[in-house]
Amino acid sequence: MSDPDAGPAGPRSGAADPQGTGPGPTGSGSAVPHGTGPNGTGPSRTGRPTAIRLNVNERVRQLDVDPRTSLLDALREHLRLSGTKKGCDHGQCGACTVLVNGRRVNSCLTLAVMHEDDDIVTIEGLGDPDHLHPLQRAFVENDAFQCGYCTPGQICSAVGMLAEVAAGWPSHATADVASPRIAPTDAEIRERMSGNICRCAAYPNIVAAIRDTARGGPA
Amino acid sequence: MIGKALDRVDGPLKATGRAPYAYEHQEAGRPLCGFIAGATIGKGRITRIGTENAESAPGVHLVLTHLNAPEQGPVDESAMDYWRAQPVLARPDIHHFGEPVALVVAETLEQARDAAARVEVGYDTARGRFDLDARQDGVYTPKEVTGGLPADTEVGDFDAGFDAAEVRIDQHYTTPYEFSLPIEPNACLAEPRGESLVLYTSCQIVDAARASVAATLRMDPGQVHVVAPFVGGGFGSKLSIHAETILAAMAARVLGRPVKVALTRQQVFQLVGMRPRSRQRVRLGAERDGRLTAIAHDVLMHTSPETEYAEQTAATTRSLYAAPHRLTGHRLTPLDLPRGADVRAPGEAPGLLAVESAMDELADALGMDPVELRIRNEPALDPERGVPYSDRHLVDCLREGARRFGWENRPAVPARLREGRWLVGYGMSAAIRGHLQAPTAVRVRLEPDGTAVVLSDMTDIGTGTYTVLAQVAAGGLGLPPERVRIELGDSDHPTSWGSGGSWGAANACTAAHRACGALRAKLLEAACGDTGSPLYGMDPAGAVFADGVVHIGGASEAVGAIAARAAPEGTEAEGRVRHMADDPHYSDYSINSYGAHFAEVGVDADTAEIRLRRMLGVFSVGRVFNPKTTRSQLLGGMIWGVGAALEEEAVVDTRSGAFVNRDLAGYLVPVHADITDVEAVVLESFDGRANVLGGKGVGELGICGSGAAVANAVFNATGIRVRDFPVTLEKLLPGLPPADS
Repeated sequence: MSDPDAGPAGPRSGAADPQGTGPGPTGSGSAVPHGTGPNGTGPSRTGRPTAIRLNVNERVRQLDVDPRTSLLDALREHLRLSGTKKGCDHGQCGACTVLVNGRRVNSCLTLAVMHEDDDIVTIEGLGDPDHLHPLQRAFVENDAFQCGYCTPGQICSAVGMLAEVAAGWPSHATADVASPRIAPTDAEIRERMSGNICRCAAYPNIVAAIRDTARGGPA
Repeated sequence: MIGKALDRVDGPLKATGRAPYAYEHQEAGRPLCGFIAGATIGKGRITRIGTENAESAPGVHLVLTHLNAPEQGPVDESAMDYWRAQPVLARPDIHHFGEPVALVVAETLEQARDAAARVEVGYDTARGRFDLDARQDGVYTPKEVTGGLPADTEVGDFDAGFDAAEVRIDQHYTTPYEFSLPIEPNACLAEPRGESLVLYTSCQIVDAARASVAATLRMDPGQVHVVAPFVGGGFGSKLSIHAETILAAMAARVLGRPVKVALTRQQVFQLVGMRPRSRQRVRLGAERDGRLTAIAHDVLMHTSPETEYAEQTAATTRSLYAAPHRLTGHRLTPLDLPRGADVRAPGEAPGLLAVESAMDELADALGMDPVELRIRNEPALDPERGVPYSDRHLVDCLREGARRFGWENRPAVPARLREGRWLVGYGMSAAIRGHLQAPTAVRVRLEPDGTAVVLSDMTDIGTGTYTVLAQVAAGGLGLPPERVRIELGDSDHPTSWGSGGSWGAANACTAAHRACGALRAKLLEAACGDTGSPLYGMDPAGAVFADGVVHIGGASEAVGAIAARAAPEGTEAEGRVRHMADDPHYSDYSINSYGAHFAEVGVDADTAEIRLRRMLGVFSVGRVFNPKTTRSQLLGGMIWGVGAALEEEAVVDTRSGAFVNRDLAGYLVPVHADITDVEAVVLESFDGRANVLGGKGVGELGICGSGAAVANAVFNATGIRVRDFPVTLEKLLPGLPPADS
C-alpha cells in the first residue's frame, strides 16, 4: 500500500500564494493565482489613479483611487471611514455591508470606480454615539453584539433588509410570495440576515433588536 | 452595581463604527501596506526566491524574505506559549502549507497584493505527513498537556472494573480541525518611534504580545508599546500574536515608517493555528442501575514536529462523573500541518462531544433517562484529585433545565416522534469547565473632579470587560457608572493575563475591587484626619460610599471634594490577583463552572436536513457580574456548540497539507438562519473559593457539551448515532427510517 498522506516530492517552482487561495500543488507546474503571471501578463499593473466622486453620508467626496480599489477599501483607507469592516474580502461574511442608493451591498465585492455619483451610506452616516439611529440604539439595548466587528455590517444590512420587506420583496421564508405585504417575522429576519455572520453568535439578540425596531420600539 | 444588567458602556462606539480596531488606528498618519505571500507546498525548502519583479512593481518599498529578514530571537519553550518568540521568514524551510515566504510592503494594499503575486519561489518539496487518520506511527505520550496537567491518569483498576461491568460502551469518536475565525482577521499597524515601536495589534493578551515581539525582534520589552483598545473577537486565535504582527513590526523597523499588515481570511486558516482533529475512544462500564464503575477516555491528536501542542481533551473527564476505576490518556503524532492552537474551550469542547455522546449511548443501552443517568453519577469529591468541589451545582442545572425545557415530553424510544416531514428528537448533555485564575493588576485613579479611571492592559474582546469593570469601580467607589472611565488594552497600564481561559472578568474585577478598597481607605484616612472635612475625627469603619458622596453617621462629604483637597493631582491605588498556583483554594478545591444543555432538532425524513428547533442551557457560574453580557457569552458558546455538532470542519488536502475549504464559504459556521430559539439561564450562586467576588468563568462554558446535546437530539430523532463529527446529512441518509414508518 502506498503512503496515503505523502505529498508529491521533488523540485517545484511557482509564484508565492499571496491570497492564500492557491489550489495547492496537486499536479505539475506552478500555481499562479488570479491569472496574473509573474511576468506581468495579466491586467494593468500600473494601477494609475482614477479620479472619482462619491456621495458618502450626504457629503460629496472626490478621491483618486487605484482602479483595483474596492469600495470597501476606498471607504476605509481613502476616506478613513473605518466603521465599515473587512472580515473576508470575498462577500462571505457581510461585515462590509453598506447602502448604495438605498440597497445593501457587500462593499468588498464592488470596485470604487463603479460608483461614480452613487449615494453611499455607511454606519457613520446612520448615527453617532450621541445621536443613535433607532437600530443602533436597539442593538445596544439588546446586547446584539459582543466584539462589535460585524456590527456595522449587521446594522447597515438590517436597514436595507427592512426596506426590502417594506417594499414587499419576498424571501425563502415568505409563506405567500404573492402577498403585497410581508410581516417582518423572526423567520423573515433570520433568512434575510443570513449574509451577515456574527462569530460571537449574538444572533438571538440581533433578531430581537431588529424585531424591536421593525415594530417601532421595544415590546 | 455588580449584578446589574447594564448596557455595554462601549456599545454606542461599536454600534456607530467609531471603535477603532488594530488596522484602523489613525494616529500614525498614512501607513504603508504589507501583504504576505505564502508557501504553495506543505513541506520542503525554498531553493530559489526571485524578488526582482516584485521590487520593481509600482509603489513597492520593501520585499522581505528569509534572505534579508533581520535575525530573530530563538523560541524559548520554557516561556508560556503566548509569550514566546514567533520567528517568521527566519529560514528557507517550509513546515506547512501557506507559511510566509515573503512580505511585500507598498504604498497601497492594491500594489502590495499585486507585487506579492510576483515573488517567484522555487521549492524542493519533501514528503509531508498530513493525514492524522493514516498516521499511527510516531505516536508518543507528551510530558504534560495544556495547563501543566498530566498526560495520563489512572485510578483503581480500569481493566478489571470495565470487564466486570454489567453494561459496557466502547466507542470511537472523531472531531475535525476547527478554527476560531473571529470576524476581525488578525492585523497589526506598527509605528516606529525612534528605537521604540508602537503596535496597534489585535490580541487577547497585551503583555504576551509585547513579550513575543520583543523576543522575536531582539528588543527590550520596554521599547515595545502595545495598544489594543478594541479587539474584533479572539476565541483563542489572538492569545498569541502571529506573522501579521511580527512582519508589520519588522518592516516598520527596517523602513522607519508605519506599516500595517492584515491576514486575508484564507491566510487566517494557515497562520494562526487550529483546534486539532481528534480521535477519541471512550469506554464506560456501568451497573444495571446506571452507576458507573469504570471510565476511560483516550485521545490522539497531532502536534507540530517543531513545537509541541498537547490539548487537554480528556482532562474534564477526570472531574465530571464518579466511578471507582478510571483512566485518561493523551497521545500525539507529528504532522506537517500548522501547530494546533487554543480554540474556545480547548480540551473541553472536543472532549465533551465524545464523552457526552457516550453517556447518551450508555443511557440508551440501559433504557434509562439520560438526565437521570447523570444525576446517579454525581460525585461527592473530585474523583481523581480527591478534593471537595467548591460550589458544584451540576444536578441543579440538570433538574432546572429538564423542568424548563419540558424534557418529560422527550420520546423515550428514538425515531418515533414525527411532525409532518420532520423527525423530531430531544437531546441533552452536561457541561463542566475548570475555573482558572491568573495574575492581573488593575489601577484605579480618582481624579480631583470626582471621576474615576480604571487602568489595566486587560483586553475586551467582546467579553464585556469595559462594562463589568465600570460596574465594579462604580460600586466600589459609590459613583454613578458614567463617572467611571475604563482604559484597557495598553501596555503602559498595569499588567494582566488578558482575555483567555475564561479568566478575564473574574481576574480583572477582583483586582479592581481590591484597588477600590485601597482607594476608599486612602480617602477616608485623608477625610477623617482633615480638620477641614465634615468627616473629621469620625470612625471610617462606618463609612458608606454612595452617589459620589461619603457618609459617616449623619455627616457627609463629596468624594470629589475629599480628593481635590487631599490630592489635587488625583490619587490612585492598585489591586492584584495572584496565580492560581499560589492560591491555596485552587489546590484545596476543585473549582469549576457547570451547566446542562437541552436541544430539540428536526430531521427531514427524506433529505436528512437537520434543523435546530430550540435549545436551552442552564448554568452555574458563581456570581454573575452582568446578566446581560453573561447571557450573551453563554448564548454565543452554545451556538458554537451547534456549529461543532452540525457544521464546522476544516478539511486537509492530504496531498499538499492545505486546508481546502479555507474561507467562510467553504468552512461553515452558524448563520442567522441556523439559529432559532436559543436561551441561556444562570442559577443564582456565589463561589467564594474562586475569588472574593464569587464569580467564575463564562466565556467557554457555553460550548462545553452543547454540541453533544444537539448530536444526541439527532440520535433521538432518527435512531442514528454519528460518531464522526460534524453530524451532516450525508451521514444520516443511508440510515433514515423508511418513509412510511
